[in-house]
Amino acid sequence: MPHVLTRSLDRSATLFVIVVAACGVLIPLSNLLLPAGSMFQVPTYLVALFGKYVCYAILALAIDLIWGYCGILSLGHGAFFALGGYAMGMYLMRQIGTRGVYGNPILPDFMVFLNYPKLPWYWNGFDMFWFAALMVVLVPGLLAFCFGWLAFRSRVTGVYLSIITQAMTYALLLAFFRNDFGFGGNNGLTDFKDILGFNVQIETTRGALFALSCLSLIIGFLICRAVVTSKLGKVLIAIRDAESRTRFLGYRVESYKLFVFTLSACMAGVAGALYVPQVGIINPSEFAPANSIEAVIWVAVGGRGTLVGAALGAIVVNYAKTYFTSGPLAPYWLFMLGAMFILVTLLLPRGIVGTFNAWWEPWKAQRISANAESAAREDGVSEPNPAE
Amino acid sequence: MLAKVLRRNVRALPFALLLVFTTLLPALAGPFEDAVAKFANDEYSDTEEAVDALATSTNPLAYTIVSALQDGRLMADPETKKVYVTQPDGKNIDALTGAPVASIPDSATAVRLNNKLRRHVDAALGGLTLQSPDPAIRIQAAQSVFKTHDEAMLPAVDSALQKETDKGAKLAFNEARAAILLFKADATDVEKLEAINTIKARGDQEALALLTGLSGEQSAAIAHAAAAATAAIQRNLALWSVLQNAWYGLSLGSVLLLAAIGLAITFGVMGVINMAHGEMVMLGAYTTFVVQQTIRTSFPGLFDYSLLIAVPLAFIVAGAIGILIERSIIRFLYGRPLETLLATWGLSLVLQQLVRTIFGPTNQEVGNPSWMSGAFDVGLITITYNRLWILCFTLAVFAILLAMLRYTSLGLEMRAVTQNRRMAASMGIATSRVDALTFGLGSGIAGMAGVALSQIDNVSPNLGQGYIIDSFMVVVFGGVGNLWGTLIGAFTLGIANKFLEPVAGAVLGKIAILVLIILFIQRRPRGLFALKGRAVEA
Repeated sequence: MPHVLTRSLDRSATLFVIVVAACGVLIPLSNLLLPAGSMFQVPTYLVALFGKYVCYAILALAIDLIWGYCGILSLGHGAFFALGGYAMGMYLMRQIGTRGVYGNPILPDFMVFLNYPKLPWYWNGFDMFWFAALMVVLVPGLLAFCFGWLAFRSRVTGVYLSIITQAMTYALLLAFFRNDFGFGGNNGLTDFKDILGFNVQIETTRGALFALSCLSLIIGFLICRAVVTSKLGKVLIAIRDAESRTRFLGYRVESYKLFVFTLSACMAGVAGALYVPQVGIINPSEFAPANSIEAVIWVAVGGRGTLVGAALGAIVVNYAKTYFTSGPLAPYWLFMLGAMFILVTLLLPRGIVGTFNAWWEPWKAQRISANAESAAREDGVSEPNPAE
Repeated sequence: MLAKVLRRNVRALPFALLLVFTTLLPALAGPFEDAVAKFANDEYSDTEEAVDALATSTNPLAYTIVSALQDGRLMADPETKKVYVTQPDGKNIDALTGAPVASIPDSATAVRLNNKLRRHVDAALGGLTLQSPDPAIRIQAAQSVFKTHDEAMLPAVDSALQKETDKGAKLAFNEARAAILLFKADATDVEKLEAINTIKARGDQEALALLTGLSGEQSAAIAHAAAAATAAIQRNLALWSVLQNAWYGLSLGSVLLLAAIGLAITFGVMGVINMAHGEMVMLGAYTTFVVQQTIRTSFPGLFDYSLLIAVPLAFIVAGAIGILIERSIIRFLYGRPLETLLATWGLSLVLQQLVRTIFGPTNQEVGNPSWMSGAFDVGLITITYNRLWILCFTLAVFAILLAMLRYTSLGLEMRAVTQNRRMAASMGIATSRVDALTFGLGSGIAGMAGVALSQIDNVSPNLGQGYIIDSFMVVVFGGVGNLWGTLIGAFTLGIANKFLEPVAGAVLGKIAILVLIILFIQRRPRGLFALKGRAVEA
């Protein structure tokens, strides 16, 4: 374990973990402890907003893991995110109990409204948090496993995979819009009250959820780092760069892909589960193919195959979205988003972090080698001289 | 009318008597005049008698009066005992003569109705329309009698049948008569058997409803014949519903093919994944809108030709934008399909927002030229002209494209470049020019698709988004790089969709199709008609 940690945590990774941890502690504390109106006090609405960004960052990490390191461009990751969100939403719905508009102790409001005689079987167990938490990981994971098992085994790759993942999320979108599907149809699940007995609206719960999101981001990041720096990770990169050659070398490409795809879907599910209580609603529009593609552009902007960049990209793009769509520039946001897609792919294919690394690495390498040289001189140990 | 009555009486009566007659007109005239006069009393019992009298009247004004009564437009003046009809357009006429009246006296009030009277009015209207001069209205009236099979209508139907000369109306009256006889308690078995045969020959949903509505107390022969007829009609209906679904499927397939055909060029032949393809369709639809707007304001006479003008224009507009996109974005991304996908998605956002900014986010109204609107019946299925024209247009575009790829030098160069780019370049083909033209061709065809789709879909900035996933499904299902595959893929998906819809519902049917395609791609990752080759990675 310590070995895995030291291997995963290079300098930039450590920096990332420290920054996220600091945010996770300081932002809720400043919100709760400092008096309102103070310069350093973070208002509650910003805590919820930042919490949303952190969830998006986890989703971006999940996409970067498969796209950046294994070359699988999924245009349906929003589906896994939404499924995790729905699992959490179902738990939250069942916590409402008799406080709903219709006061039914078992059935959520929309089921009373739609004349459901009893709870559909797949809603059983969601009154228990541990069960819901398990489903948050299992449902997206299982879907990804089945989907990936079929797709990778028959060697569906590249754009074909992208298109059928998009079809998958589109099919789910249509399904969840249906009232008789048992997930609240068009309106989705909302009007949550409690999570684990705490009111989801109050500041302390929001702060705790934010801290928990940051913790999940750190854990997700460490898992991804552990995967990509392992031998497994090297095989994944080999698959990304030359799939057929890797297969001919004797690796079972589909097993590697399936593993990483499922892991990524589970992470997306967790992100969705953390997203729902902080945003307060989950509805079928989360399945929209456009959402999944937008998540891909976060990764592209931040820097594909860098993990840190993916998280950074998610936060930067979403901050920009919030900033522009709430201001007078709102009609131009889609122009900007579209231009971002085009310009990043054309001019900045490595993203912010990737480009930064490309400048930074040669300079760093030069400095390291210079340091090594001078250190070697000071120690009086020089290169073995065959002449001596 | 009054003039006619007078003229008839002039021959029979001396002038002096005529003078007396005109003053006593309401009392002495025929049943029509009697009936109309009764309305003036505005008593329920009188009104009832009047309506029943009008129901059997042959006077062409009878229908106008009874329908006015139904709508509360029949005005009676209790002082002068005169009755007026306010026409739906606001003009007033004298109910007795039909002569226009400048204004109705203030003392006149609408003749009142109660529920019992309303039933009489409905029955009378049904009978009166049977004698309408317009055969289409007579057929409609006969159809409504067929549905209600009211025994009281039998004399009216019989008399109408005797006078009838129109073939279609005659058939409708015969069917209506059969329906009445079938339910008439004192009709003989022979009459009923004949009636069942007539209804069986009609063979549609209403005939089925009529036969299944036949209650138990019938003789064995009748019950048997009715059961046999029901079974025959059900078989007939099942056959027609298959045909109907097949037609809907062909129609949907043609729309899918039209949307996917351009993609079959850019994605199928060139291997460029263009997520902005739907927006090319949308631009084509907006071109149609602009053309129609121009025609409406400047050359209203040309409206029927608007689509013929829009088709080449949409091809040029979308094609030119396509070439621009290829030159400015896509050519830098050849060999990087995933990046192309993202860039063109961004482009689609920009184009949508651009159109939204220029034309507004709401649906634009694109009209149907006269030759595109309307429908005709083939047996029990209805075929609308716009769907039929779209099917023809699609097949024409497909045939032209196929011929172009096969017989023109540009087509030859396109095929050469897609098969082996470097070899083609060595043979002196300007590959980058061919790339731009191919992409322009695919986009231009998408633009022409937009002209056709503007006739059946809402023209809004989101028009293209609805088609993009379906188009990709068609191309991937049919097999990349094969136009015939696209054709078969589109029609297969269209027909499968329409046959699943009645079973599973529209949304579930669509989901089922998506799931089936996803599973199909697992079996045949390169589609129905894959290009065979030795390359490991395409």
